[in-house]
Amino acid sequence: MTRRWHPARLYTVGGLLLALSILAALSWGSVAISWRAMPALFWQWISGAQLSPPAMVLWEIRLPRILLAGLIGGVLAVVGASLQALLRNALADPYVLGVSSGAALGAVVGGLVGGSLHEASLTLFLWAFAGSLLTLVVLYRISSVHGLLPVQTLLLAGVVINAIFSALVLFAVAMVEPSRLFGLLSWLMGSIGSADYRIVGLLFVYSLIGLLLLFGKAEQLNLLTLGDESAKSLGVEPERLKRFVFIVTALLTGAVVSLSGMIGFIGMMVPHALRLLIGPDHRFLLPAAAVVGAAFLILADLMARSLLAPTELPVGVITALLGGPFFLFLLWQRRQGAIVSE
Amino acid sequence: MNEMTGNSRPGYRLDGVGFRYPGGAGWAVHDVALTIEPGEVVAIIGPNGSGKSTFLKLLAGLLVPQEGLVHLDGQPLERYGVNALARRLAVVPQSVQFVFPFTVREIVAMGRTPHRAAHRVERLDGWKHWLGGLSLPVGRAGMGSQTDRKAVQAALAEMELEPIAERSVLELSGGERQKVLLARALAQQPAILLLDEPTAALDWHHQSLVYRRVRALNQERGVTVVLVSHDLNLAALFARRLVLLDRGRIRRVGSPDEVLTQAELDALYARAVIVDRHPSADAPRVTLRP
Repeated sequence: MTRRWHPARLYTVGGLLLALSILAALSWGSVAISWRAMPALFWQWISGAQLSPPAMVLWEIRLPRILLAGLIGGVLAVVGASLQALLRNALADPYVLGVSSGAALGAVVGGLVGGSLHEASLTLFLWAFAGSLLTLVVLYRISSVHGLLPVQTLLLAGVVINAIFSALVLFAVAMVEPSRLFGLLSWLMGSIGSADYRIVGLLFVYSLIGLLLLFGKAEQLNLLTLGDESAKSLGVEPERLKRFVFIVTALLTGAVVSLSGMIGFIGMMVPHALRLLIGPDHRFLLPAAAVVGAAFLILADLMARSLLAPTELPVGVITALLGGPFFLFLLWQRRQGAIVSE
Repeated sequence: MNEMTGNSRPGYRLDGVGFRYPGGAGWAVHDVALTIEPGEVVAIIGPNGSGKSTFLKLLAGLLVPQEGLVHLDGQPLERYGVNALARRLAVVPQSVQFVFPFTVREIVAMGRTPHRAAHRVERLDGWKHWLGGLSLPVGRAGMGSQTDRKAVQAALAEMELEPIAERSVLELSGGERQKVLLARALAQQPAILLLDEPTAALDWHHQSLVYRRVRALNQERGVTVVLVSHDLNLAALFARRLVLLDRGRIRRVGSPDEVLTQAELDALYARAVIVDRHPSADAPRVTLRP
């Protein structure tokens, strides 16, 4: 008998988790700011008074960064869950499949062609989008066998695509002058550096639209997990739905990667854990993934900037160190379960 | 020849239908002409590889013929939108490879999707649902309207699935999965039911259950049933008309007595079977020659 949480309970717990992670990330760091001091500092900010140094740290540095991390985490988790439904494979993740490195390659090429990687720019994002969409299409063409995407083929294709694109990225990086190298490398590893409210605001509106588009397809995604023929006989055009989801997820991945580089494994870990709690119904899974993914990346980013403080780790290092072993565990568990698909 | 004009009850007409798989050696189905009346029970039989499943997929609109047309109610099948088609006909595939742990109830409830999409009001209900999860007391199991939930409950009961309704489909046996797919088709409340080897994984009790259930649907609600099976006895009991396929072509159409003759089966199955009479039904019986 499958025992599951009621979605209402999950949203409550998820919301609390998100709120707590925001508070924790506000309070901890090179300058510790107690929760008790926050209301006064908040008032200072709201009232438009001259900001004291702690208020400056809190509202001009930490908060925008936290919000950016939250948005990126939420987007990556939902993109992961959607790709998993689309590819009928619980191990799909934009990072593992090479979609993120496709976007990164696009962004690097874009950065070489014109503009710089340090500023969020529309050209950069468009290049990243092109890179991720191209990767998704290639991946799908290569590994689909009669409409099914066998786990092994899919993962292998992802690994190889990753390797090719990483090589190309390094090739491009070699052409960059040394002074810009460190920034570029830490971006590649996935990092949420400084953020300003303009970018946060833009990304918020952009991802909200993208996420709502995906949420609206949740029920059709449920049907698609039964295979193309079942989906079609229940009134869903599988090819049209796939195209739609490919494009929306590529747009979201492109934006996220052009801002923060390659942050891996969130898209696989968060939906997986949530499926155990509330089941695979995407009408609940997708919104829940947005909330929990946000909390997850905020906490990971907090770890990234406080573990070796004052040195900052790229947050991609943290998510890979958590997610990699988790991924291996899932593979091992599958073998244990001995439910060999086909 | 019955023309479907002015008749809203479903009926099929196939003219010279042919289909070949891309990259396939030859025609999987070729030059098939057939009419299926509304309310009929037809069984498609034939040896392995004779094109039975392909034929069923052509009827379901899952495959589009390269030759000829499949008409439903006087309209070519391609003219229907997928959703309109899904409200008229339900397909029970041989098997589905489940990848996520949906519960039995959730899978059966998916049969309601085409109906829900048709009603905007109920669509709103779905939106409220994923936003809140709070708004409906039934929680995650509650999918859509009262009508939907009733249909799902009835389908679960009819296929004796209530005891395992909250189990994950990944934990089920092959036979149980087949019952779940049937229940999903029942929840779909179609006018036409297309079954691909519906009893292949079932024990005697459940074969009989499916048999009684489908017969009741046909007699009480006038549902048209097209069944693909290589179980000749089942086909003979189920259907009043058999369509015998051989290498993609129709070899014979007629009542069980007309089609399941010793001569015909000797030619098809290399003298492997004996035809005699069923002890209690007025139908032929086919058994393996010892």
